[in-house]
Amino acid sequence: MTMDELIAELECGMTIGFGGWGSRRKPMAAVRAILRSAIDDLTVVSYGGPDVGLLCAAGKVSRLVIPFATLDSIPIEPHFKRARQSGSLPCTEVDEGMFYLGLLAASQRIPFLPTRAGLGSDVLNPASGIRTVVSPYDDAEELVAMPALRLDAAIVHVNRADTRGSGQILGPDPFFDDLFLGAVCTEGKRFVTTERIVDTNLLASEGPIQTLCISRLLTDGVVETPGGAHFTACVPDYGRDETFQRTYAHAASDGDAWATFEQRYLTVDEAGYQRARAEDEEHQ
Amino acid sequence: MSAGGASGVTRAEVCAVACAEVFRGVGEVMASAFGTAPALGARIARLTFAPDLVLTDGDAALIDGAPALGESPSGCVVESHMPYRRVFDVVWSGRRSLIMMASQIDRAGNQNISAIGPWNRPKAQLIGVRGAPGNTVNHPTSYWLPDHSPRSFVEEVDVVCGVGYARADAAGEAAGRFHDVRQVISNLGVFDFDTPDHAMRIRSIHPGVALEEVVRATGFPLEIPSDLEETRFPTPTELSLIRDVLDPRSIRDRELRG
Repeated sequence: MTMDELIAELECGMTIGFGGWGSRRKPMAAVRAILRSAIDDLTVVSYGGPDVGLLCAAGKVSRLVIPFATLDSIPIEPHFKRARQSGSLPCTEVDEGMFYLGLLAASQRIPFLPTRAGLGSDVLNPASGIRTVVSPYDDAEELVAMPALRLDAAIVHVNRADTRGSGQILGPDPFFDDLFLGAVCTEGKRFVTTERIVDTNLLASEGPIQTLCISRLLTDGVVETPGGAHFTACVPDYGRDETFQRTYAHAASDGDAWATFEQRYLTVDEAGYQRARAEDEEHQ
Repeated sequence: MSAGGASGVTRAEVCAVACAEVFRGVGEVMASAFGTAPALGARIARLTFAPDLVLTDGDAALIDGAPALGESPSGCVVESHMPYRRVFDVVWSGRRSLIMMASQIDRAGNQNISAIGPWNRPKAQLIGVRGAPGNTVNHPTSYWLPDHSPRSFVEEVDVVCGVGYARADAAGEAAGRFHDVRQVISNLGVFDFDTPDHAMRIRSIHPGVALEEVVRATGFPLEIPSDLEETRFPTPTELSLIRDVLDPRSIRDRELRG
């Protein structure tokens, strides 16, 4: 499918999960396409990186569900920081392991999974709605009942995929991308974007079988978008573009810099974005 | 900044060794260490008194060896695969020893890395709770604060991310069962919670620091034992590891002010 077709499947008010972790293997081309669309009022569920920051900066987010928002080499996501400090952005923070269990519970169609993580901390504040559960066995331990993080749609970015939706992650960490896809409870809204679409019979020659960690049981559509994770890392295809990331981060604290950034990279289509950043590299 | 006493030993080097001490006797567990002094400390421990310690490459591998700070660990021998999903198996099984950082830490050992000020409109939004809630109720946890001040050592943190003693006790047996907040290392001293009510006390003071300075920089009354010790100096072996092997570019000095 095309990116336009993917965007046409999304609606205002949806809860959308984005794969990757921090500033690593984020579906950035899809995020950029959402920025150009009329879709807003989103609940964003993410191991937050610049996906969260860009969507916040563009006013697309009505609620965040995250364990953190970071650019890795820049500890705090600056656009997220700015949006939160303006007082306009409701945010539910959960422990990163709780977050994993929330996706897993949704994938398994159960209401919650028990865990010790969260006990005693402020992630269990009354506003979170997160409750505890008492073990029915003799130990009677009272544990956190992490609720299922059910999604209306999910988008993940992988190194290779075939047209039917088998995805391949060639980097060292698949993160939780399969669970984001599994946590979608709406028919037809599980999307993979990929650096390159290859024939199914060539997938196994791209990497060992463990890299084939997204099966087509989990996907409804595939979009080929080379450089689609830029400026986040998408190893082994490319690392993080630190120079670009610094420019992006700097724009959070400077209105003029943001206007320039937006004009050059966000008002253009994906081909225009890729041309602009290729030009940047030539000038370095 | 000189630590005085032994010739030329810096405060950063004393802090690195104080962090290394966190890993003494922990056995065959995964070491995770955030911040420069903790990263140095884990590597010093691994190369000297804690050879069973398991280090990570900061990405998705366990490595046999200890790379220099700021250098790619790609030259190290990979001994296992440790993607994030497996990290949670390690965390929840307790086979981990951790030094986290803290924007705020309080008298009861609660840590904050989420937000300063009111939740709905933070004065300063920080990185987020990350794994702090789960870490602190599952395995031993210590903290590193390179800038000890009344703003970082506070009576009560604004958001409880890492769980301290009183909160763990109040949350029931399941929360306290594996809860073990051990040490707080700052640029001024080493602190622990070995007091009857688990209030923070100073355990050792770094060479060249006056007790009065620590008291002034702490935003709550600190327990002070009568037999207050001085944090030890690095051994000659540790010093040469720090200076010649693990941090020849002196990255450690950038973490401390002054």
